[in-house]
Amino acid sequence: MLTKRIIPCLDIKEGRTVKGTNFVDLRDAGDPVELGALYAEQGADELVFLDITATVDNRKTLVNLVREVARHVNIPFTVGGGISSIEDVSALLNAGADKVSINSSAVRRPELIDELALQFGSQCIIVAIDTRFVEGNDWVHTHGGRNITEIQTMAWAKEVESRGAGEILLTSMDADGTKAGFANDLTSRVSAQSSIPIIASGGAGTMEHFYEVFTEGKADAGLAASIFHFKEIEIIELKKYLANKGIPMRIY
Amino acid sequence: MEIAIIKYNAGNVQSVMYALDRIGMKYQWTDDEKLIASADKVIFPGVGEASTAMAYLREKGLDQLIPKLKQPVLATCIGMQLLCRDSEENNTNCMGVFDVPVKRFVSADMKIPHVGWNSIQASGENILMEGLKKEEFVYFVHSFYAPVNPYTSATCDYAQPFSAMLQKDNFYAAQFHAEISGIVGQKIIQNFLAL
Repeated sequence: MLTKRIIPCLDIKEGRTVKGTNFVDLRDAGDPVELGALYAEQGADELVFLDITATVDNRKTLVNLVREVARHVNIPFTVGGGISSIEDVSALLNAGADKVSINSSAVRRPELIDELALQFGSQCIIVAIDTRFVEGNDWVHTHGGRNITEIQTMAWAKEVESRGAGEILLTSMDADGTKAGFANDLTSRVSAQSSIPIIASGGAGTMEHFYEVFTEGKADAGLAASIFHFKEIEIIELKKYLANKGIPMRIY
Repeated sequence: MEIAIIKYNAGNVQSVMYALDRIGMKYQWTDDEKLIASADKVIFPGVGEASTAMAYLREKGLDQLIPKLKQPVLATCIGMQLLCRDSEENNTNCMGVFDVPVKRFVSADMKIPHVGWNSIQASGENILMEGLKKEEFVYFVHSFYAPVNPYTSATCDYAQPFSAMLQKDNFYAAQFHAEISGIVGQKIIQNFLAL
């Protein structure tokens, strides 16, 4: 049976793993290569590695870091942050990334999704959607959540799928960093209208939150950062807990 | 031991190279017919689209070479599909080592592509699964599949049962990505290299 996936996310700034609350107030959470390898060993199903301060300047740093992480892990590995061209994706895949995640650049120029899907295949193109509830609707945000757009989240999710996205990484900015649970209602609505997998992100604080996002939220994967980095939840314990509650999990 | 990884226009070969690095094996990534033909083991990896991949292999003459190889060949993901007879992905004629079609997943209630860790059930004589349990989790990402057929050496279930692995003579194939399937995938690669 296809299992639900537990995905630790490594937010990277200047080569270190960091995590903040509601996208700001960053604090250091350690060496990404070490953390990546540790998570793989502990049973993480995938890794996501987001360069939250991506600029052209640190692109090379990122590529080198991707290479080091990829060398040390034997599970699938996604990289995102500042990706806006076929060349960017090529460089990351060649360094050992299995998938890439694009966000602001896809909003700016949606054709990028079609181009990347055609060039590299849908299976390695994740479109990340940062969403916030404002005045009665869910709106797509860009630039690490700083800018609101005029695009509604449900419509955008549909569009990225039709353009060839292979998965959607849905981050609720309202829930992110709160540890009060995933945005299950929105996640389930996006999941129900999508025929591609949905990775839910933002708000994980307890093991029960993962149970809820897989049941109520109908997510295919649950992503979290700080609770894993700061060892508030051990991946192996989380997976046992979920398996005991009947969620299909990969366990050794 | 000489290991050749077939170089063609399919992406994501780097993960395969790192997987070999991790178990301390040397390899050549090449589209040179002589190097491929003389290697002790050949790996035919890749992710990509069937018609573009086949067009490239034809241009290089590799579509003629690969089916005639006599040494153990391990094909994964699109590599496995290209060894089948044909693919519904852009109606592509493939190399026909396995005389089976590759079909597109169609399901009203299951998500496509099939992405994630799923369990496979190995047949008794599956030599690549030696030392592993009869049922193990491996990582899949695909929208097309080979139905269960006489060459099937492991099955998986998604929307319906399909071939997770195929085997015929010296040709071994896996639909999943052994190179990123954790310690299970590593063992499968090691078993292949030990043939």
